[in-house]
Amino acid sequence: MNDKTTDDVIISVRGLRNQFGSHVVHENLDLDVLRGEIIGVVGGSGTGKSVLLRSIVGLQKPIDGTVTVLGIDVRGADEDTRAALEARWGVMFQDGALFSSLTVRENVEVPMRAIEGLDPVIRSKIADLKISMVGLPYNAGDKYPSELSGGMRKRAGLARALALDPEIVFLDEPTAGLDPIGASAFDALIVGLSRSLGLTVFLVTHDLDTLHATCDRIAVLAERRVLVTGTMQHMLDVDHPWVHEYFHGPRARAASDGNRNNT
Amino acid sequence: MTKPQQTNLEIQTEAISGAVNLVGELSIYTVTQAKEAFQKLSAIKTINLSDLSRLDTAGAWFLLDRQAFLSTKGLEITLSGAKPEAKSLLQSVKTALPQPDQPKPHPPYFRTLLERIGKRVAGGLLYIIALTGFLGIFLHRLFRALRRPKEFRFTSLVHHCEEVGLRAVPIVALMAFLIGIVLAFQGSTQLKQFGAEVFVVDLIAISVLRELGILLTSIIVAGRTASAFTAAIGSMKMREEIDAMRTLGLDPAMVLFVPRILALLLMLPILGLIANVAGLFGGALMAWIDLGISPEMFSTRLVSGTSVNHVMVGLVKAPFFALIIGVVGCHAGMQVESNAESLGRMTSNAVVAAIFAVIVADAIFSIFFASLGI
Repeated sequence: MNDKTTDDVIISVRGLRNQFGSHVVHENLDLDVLRGEIIGVVGGSGTGKSVLLRSIVGLQKPIDGTVTVLGIDVRGADEDTRAALEARWGVMFQDGALFSSLTVRENVEVPMRAIEGLDPVIRSKIADLKISMVGLPYNAGDKYPSELSGGMRKRAGLARALALDPEIVFLDEPTAGLDPIGASAFDALIVGLSRSLGLTVFLVTHDLDTLHATCDRIAVLAERRVLVTGTMQHMLDVDHPWVHEYFHGPRARAASDGNRNNT
Repeated sequence: MTKPQQTNLEIQTEAISGAVNLVGELSIYTVTQAKEAFQKLSAIKTINLSDLSRLDTAGAWFLLDRQAFLSTKGLEITLSGAKPEAKSLLQSVKTALPQPDQPKPHPPYFRTLLERIGKRVAGGLLYIIALTGFLGIFLHRLFRALRRPKEFRFTSLVHHCEEVGLRAVPIVALMAFLIGIVLAFQGSTQLKQFGAEVFVVDLIAISVLRELGILLTSIIVAGRTASAFTAAIGSMKMREEIDAMRTLGLDPAMVLFVPRILALLLMLPILGLIANVAGLFGGALMAWIDLGISPEMFSTRLVSGTSVNHVMVGLVKAPFFALIIGVVGCHAGMQVESNAESLGRMTSNAVVAAIFAVIVADAIFSIFFASLGI
């Protein structure tokens, strides 16, 4: 599965500290993400999975620590460097976060508009291509986000995140709120895209099936830091009560059985 | 935005063999340049990709698009020397290439225009019918509350009376006071020319008591309260609270509409009266300062020259305006769907519809009273 994974560290988080008032979310958090892998971040509610994602992409200002993405210090970078960096990653928010006043095609075109001299005809053709790559029907491009189902909005959000062919995509709860069929189709989409485009995928999830089906490595957030990272096999042997409960609970067993039957 | 890295594309052509060699990066940043260059080229046979440092989906799409375009002209081009990653990218883009649907035949313009007008007219009529239905529901529940007072929510009524009435007093009073001042000022400059300054009292009294006091109060209340009703009921509708109420055996009309509309019905005449007083006070103040008409003279002239009918004509309209505002606001709230955009849209629709309906009703009243000769 991880034939394209190299030891090239693409995201490196060191000594991250996040705090809201007196509530410390992260303390001394370290995490490395390797180029080409799909890493899944799991953790109980309120352990700051989304906060970690937001800190890496610079939406949340950490109190302390360094975040290095593609060799660039996210917090210390000047505006131009940051803008260039932002063109090399894409973020898909939980419900797609599409601009409601624009059609799906226009949404996908938004990041491309920043490129000087890009022919508008080519732009809309490429947008159509991205819409089709995430598995949306051809006529979805003309629709407004409010006319789409939850799963389609997520796909459209992914198409927008992929607009500039980023090297990394961040996915926040990609399968939350989808029915099992839609969720497993989305899992397959993530794996397929990451393999064919050589993407590094950072996904935050609760969904054990997604972990089984997509992730090369899993990082567990607990006790305000990344407790363990490793493959699914590795997770099953971890002797921490929460991790054990998570990966050996009844749902986990069902997910691993289901996955074994599929493959 | 700056480009992420060195984005150079060089296109080397060999005229004899018809081979094109691409050097550098073929990506979304260089695809426009490549398109322009390729339009000038003719008789391409092969495109060599071995010197490409980067190929992204935009570049892959471009190559495949060229290939397809030229093949319609009977020209075959081959892509040679693609690296394994580029090959797999080209393959996955090829499978994902969108297949456009058959374009639907467009109906003639005149027909779509007629269709749109027809839909609007029918929509307007349906809206009026729906509002009438809401009024019916309100009256029915009100009478039921009279028969079975236990079902009626008295606390809620008091709360809404405070929201709708008491809290609106400052803005309504200030508005009417300023209107009184404006009328006195404008009236006095005109009436001075005839030496008929004292008639400014009649001008202020009749216009404020008959029309402006209640009309402007209703417009302010429509803006304040219709939007508040829509927002409150609409956000409950959005979060399925109204459905929850129904499953719990609570009647949304009784719980939500009756206290709100009844509060408006009780409060709007009082607000109108406050506006009348404030308007007269502002007018009297300005008449005193500007024309030297003393407060005593103003009140004598007011009592002798203005019939109490004018006050009645003004205030009798208040309950009707209150019903209009309340029904429009509650109806718009119930039309909210499960997304936030519809809440915003219905809130502003409610304000526009309520103000418009109040003005139309006022015009109808004017005609009615004029034909009665009151």
